[in-house]
Amino acid sequence: MRITAKFSIYLVLVAGAAMFILPFAWMVLTALKPLNQTLRQSHLWLPRRFEAPLEGRVQEVWPGAAVTEPSVWAREQGAAQPVALPEGSIRDDAWQPATGAPLPIVILKRIPASAASPWREISDLKGLSRDVVPEASVRSRIVFRWENFPSAVHAMRHFSRYLANTLILCVLNVIGTVLSSAAVAYGFSRLEWRGRDRLFGLLLGTMMIPFPVVMVPLYGLFRWLGWVGTLQPLWVGSFFASAFNVFLLRQFFRTIPKDLSEAARIDGCGEFRIFWQIILPLCRPALVVVALFTFLGAWNDFLGPLIYLTDEKDFTLALGLQAMKTSESGATEWHYLMAASTLVILPVITLFFVAQRSFIEGIALTGTKA
Amino acid sequence: MTSGDRKRTWIGLAFVSPWLIGFAAFTLYPVCASIYFSFCDYDVLSPPVWVGTLNYQDMVTDSVFWQSVWNTLLFNLMALPVGLVSALALALLLNQPVRLRGIFRAIYYLPSLVPAVASAMVWLWILNGRLGLLNQALVAIGISHPPQWLGDPAWAKPSLALVSLWGCGNTVVIYLAALQGVPRSLLEAAMIDGASAWKRLLNVTLPAISPVIYFNLLIGIIGGLQVFTTAFVMGGAERSTLFYAIYIYQNAFEYRHMGYASAMAWILCLMILALTWMASRLSRSRVHYQGD
Repeated sequence: MRITAKFSIYLVLVAGAAMFILPFAWMVLTALKPLNQTLRQSHLWLPRRFEAPLEGRVQEVWPGAAVTEPSVWAREQGAAQPVALPEGSIRDDAWQPATGAPLPIVILKRIPASAASPWREISDLKGLSRDVVPEASVRSRIVFRWENFPSAVHAMRHFSRYLANTLILCVLNVIGTVLSSAAVAYGFSRLEWRGRDRLFGLLLGTMMIPFPVVMVPLYGLFRWLGWVGTLQPLWVGSFFASAFNVFLLRQFFRTIPKDLSEAARIDGCGEFRIFWQIILPLCRPALVVVALFTFLGAWNDFLGPLIYLTDEKDFTLALGLQAMKTSESGATEWHYLMAASTLVILPVITLFFVAQRSFIEGIALTGTKA
Repeated sequence: MTSGDRKRTWIGLAFVSPWLIGFAAFTLYPVCASIYFSFCDYDVLSPPVWVGTLNYQDMVTDSVFWQSVWNTLLFNLMALPVGLVSALALALLLNQPVRLRGIFRAIYYLPSLVPAVASAMVWLWILNGRLGLLNQALVAIGISHPPQWLGDPAWAKPSLALVSLWGCGNTVVIYLAALQGVPRSLLEAAMIDGASAWKRLLNVTLPAISPVIYFNLLIGIIGGLQVFTTAFVMGGAERSTLFYAIYIYQNAFEYRHMGYASAMAWILCLMILALTWMASRLSRSRVHYQGD
C-alpha cells in the first residue's frame, strides 16, 4: 500500500477515535471540577483550584468578574455585603445613597486607575466574603476533586439501594436466562421429536413482535399479580427463556457432534445428565456470551424499571440517574451528574476489558449467524 | 406413534417447557389481550369497555399522533443512513492491516455499551446551548450564534442522530466480522485482473457482505421505529423529539389511555412490517447469498 494511503487511513482512524473518546473524557473531567467551573462560559479543560489572599491569608477562592478601574470597594458596617462605588462619590466614613440617610461604611480597597494591572472580584467558597485583588495575585493549579464522587453518591440519596437493586436484577436475569435458554436450546437442537421444528419456527416468529404490543397487557398482568412497585416483573420473565438467546445457543449446540450424545445414551446416561454434564461444559463460551449480554441488558434497562418501579427508594441505577437530573431545583449540578454517570458507566467498561474477546465474538455471532 | 417416539416427544417438550410456559403467559396472552384492548376504552383500573374501532379512528384526527409518526420517520431518515454508512466506513478502515487495531476497535465499540440514560446525560451536557462543549468550540472558531441543539426544534433530531452515531460500534463489529469472511481468492483474482481498490470494494467486497448490510438495515429499521430512552431522557424542544414509542408510553402510563396505546402499538407493528417488506423488495436483486 502506498505511504499516503496508509497515512490517511491512520489519520481518519485517529481523528475518529478522538471524537469517540471525547465524550468520555469530558464526562470524567467535568466530574472532577468544582461546580463554578462547570457554569462558566469559557471552559477550562482541566479542573483547577484558584487561590488568592483573602482576609490576610491565602485561601481557595472563586474568581468573579473583572473589576473596572478606578473604583472603590467598601463594606457597609454590620453587613457582609460589599458595595462597589465609583471613586469621588465617597467620604471615608459614610456614603450618601441616592435616597435616604448616609450609610456608615468601611473602605476595603481603593483600586487605582492603571491600565497595567487588572483587578478581579473574588469570593471565598461559601460566598460569605467578597473582595477584590490584583489579577496577578490570583493563582491556580490543577486539582482533581475526587470528593465529587462521594458527594454525587450522596446527592443521589438512595445510591446504595439503587446499586443493590440493579445488581439483584442483573444476577437473577443472568441465572434465569442462561439456565432456561440453555435447556430450551437443548430441546430444540440435541433432541429429535415430533413438532420440534414447527415450535422452533413459532419461537423465531415471536422475535418479530415489538415490545409496545405486549407492554400494556403485561402491565395489566403484573398489576393483577400485585407485582407493580416490586422488582419481580423485571426478572421473573427471564426464567422462561428468551427467543434470541435460545436461537444463539441452538446454533452452538448444533456444532457438537451427535456421536457424543449417542455414546452417552448407550452408556445409560439420562437426557438431563447429558445436558448438564456433557453439553453445557462444552458450550461455556456461548453461555458466557449470553450471560454477558443479559447482564448488560439488565444493567442498562430503562423502560422496564420506568414502567414497574413506582417508589423512588426502589429505583435502579439507570432510573436513579434520570431522577437525579429531573429532581434538580433550578440549575443542574453538572459535576455531580457527570460523576454519577461515570459511576454507572464504569462497571460496564470494566466488564468489557475483562471479557473483551467474548464481547466481540458475541456481537459478530449475532450478525453473521442470523 | 411408537412408545419410543412418545417418550422422546415428552422429553423434548420437558426441555422446552420453560419457553412454552413463558410463551403462553408473556407472549400469546399479551398479544391476544392487546388486540382486544385496542378496541376498548381501558385504563387498567377498571375493566375494558368495548368501543369498536374508535381508538383507530381517533388516531386519524390526533395531530400529536401524526407528529410522532413524522418525528420518528424523519429521525430515522437522518440517523439510519448516516449510521449504516459511517459504521461500514469505519469497519473498512479497521479491516486494513493497521497497527493497534485491537485498541481502535475497542475505542469505537465502547460507546455502544454505555447505558442509554448515562449517554443521554453526557450528551445533554455536551450539547447544552450555553455551557456545552460543542457550542463553546463553535464560538471559539468564530460561529457567534451556534444552534441551541435540543432547545431548537429544528436541531433536536440531528442532535439525537449524533448521539446514536456515537453508539454505532455494535454495527461496526458486525460489519468487521462479515468483512473477515470475504473470500480472499475473489479479492486476489480481482487484483490480478487489475481492478482498482474502489472497483474491488464495489464489485467484490460489498456484494459479498450484502446479506449483513441487509441485516443491519432491518435491525436498524425495527430498532429505529422503537427508539425510546435517549429521546425520553433528553427531550427536545416543543415535541420535536416526541417519538412514536414515547407517545405510546405517555398514552399508556401518563394519560392511562391503555386502549389507545395498544392500538398505536399495532399500527407500529404494521409500519415495521411495511418497511421491512419495502426493504426486502428494494434489496432483492442486490443481496447475494454465498452458496445459494
